[in-house]
Amino acid sequence: MKPAPFTYHRARDTEGAVRLLAELGDDAKPIAGGQSLVAMMGFRLARPRHLVDIARLPDLDYLRRDADGALRIGALTTHHTVETAGDGALGAGYAVLRDAMRWVGHLPIRTRGTVGGSIAHADATAEWCLLAVLFDAELTAYGPHGERRIPAAEFFHGFYTNALEPDELLVDVRFPAPARHAALTEFAERHGDFAIVSAAVTLDFGPEEGAGPGTTPLRGGRVALGGVAPTPVRVPEAEEVLAAGGRADAALFAECAARAAAAVDPPGDANGSSQYRRSLVRTLVEQALEEAVNR
Amino acid sequence: MTAESTAQARTGYRERQLVVLDVNGTEHEVLVEPRRTLVDVLRHDLGLTGTHVGCEHGICGACTVLVDGRPARACLMFAAQAEGSAVRTVESLAGPDGELSDLQEAFTRHHALQCGFCTPGFLMLAEGHLAACPRTDKAEIREVVAANLCRCTGYQTIVEAIDDCARQRRNREED
Repeated sequence: MKPAPFTYHRARDTEGAVRLLAELGDDAKPIAGGQSLVAMMGFRLARPRHLVDIARLPDLDYLRRDADGALRIGALTTHHTVETAGDGALGAGYAVLRDAMRWVGHLPIRTRGTVGGSIAHADATAEWCLLAVLFDAELTAYGPHGERRIPAAEFFHGFYTNALEPDELLVDVRFPAPARHAALTEFAERHGDFAIVSAAVTLDFGPEEGAGPGTTPLRGGRVALGGVAPTPVRVPEAEEVLAAGGRADAALFAECAARAAAAVDPPGDANGSSQYRRSLVRTLVEQALEEAVNR
Repeated sequence: MTAESTAQARTGYRERQLVVLDVNGTEHEVLVEPRRTLVDVLRHDLGLTGTHVGCEHGICGACTVLVDGRPARACLMFAAQAEGSAVRTVESLAGPDGELSDLQEAFTRHHALQCGFCTPGFLMLAEGHLAACPRTDKAEIREVVAANLCRCTGYQTIVEAIDDCARQRRNREED
């Protein structure tokens, strides 16, 4: 359980970190909170020759609301910062991000692990990856040639692989529009374990939602799943049910959940067979929709 | 094998690095390989063996210490990453004369330990939680202690000890 030897570098600023990564090439890895990377290095699943510590880079630890209503999260913001953020920082439209944090490992993991680190690690069941896909987040990468923006839908390529070049850093995650009625739920054998399946949804009642979701007809919504494919996925078949409108009631939710379960073809492994995961999808989507409507 | 790593294997030479750590309010300088984790430096280089090592991959929580006041897994951090942070270990809880802290007394009173292997981790987890959330309740404490593994007591007595300590601290504050 001891990592292979490496050389440690501490970056002082983002430009310096990127320059160093470019010089060191494929043998280098950036490390922020290290809550996944250090364990992987212990198992020798990762053996970088150089670690570039980016944890102390200035100005990448923030929660900001833009004038257009978007929420921007600095890559080095910890899960714990989001978990303890006040309503002023997030607002009702992004409260789901805060509520989802209780699913991320345990407190001592959340105090060190970062939002950007989790997304760059690209675990198919990670909560931040799922939330990024659900919200159509825009991810900003910074590299030797400057910044580029990548939609979440194009960011995740497969198991632990993403659109970042070896000399690029994820610096900012932008959630473009709030979703007041949203929820994330998941199932694992023990709380804090990696999810076997996770589900996140939003419900859209339009701007005229005055009388509350009980009476206002549904206009649409989103359904995203983790643990059913090499990356988190949106489920258009299930979203069609929400887009058809009507009353947001148990019958509609059951239909949406059934369509989600029918649409996915999850791989089976030691944590659960394909069939088991499909039945988890149905249960979890229904639960998430119930939770979202009651917000 | 590259020429460089062959040379390393032949000479046994490993790159070392000076790391300055603030542990329990004292500054320490250690010359260690960059791959040395914080928990290994605490135990092997500083002799602070109160912090235990269990799984070494972030599952069991036996190595929990406070980093800038917050609970963290000392096996999931390289010592070099802790430079510039204040680290607190279980050795910081008791007074200079060895008098146990109120949290340690509560663990004793409630029989919140049997073999004691996990205890330093639970103590530091609770110490960090109580500092951040003095008005905590049993439900919240149960969720927090789920972070660490104890295979003897079954958690009930640990939850009771932490809850009791929190209540006593609140009562003292009100007096």
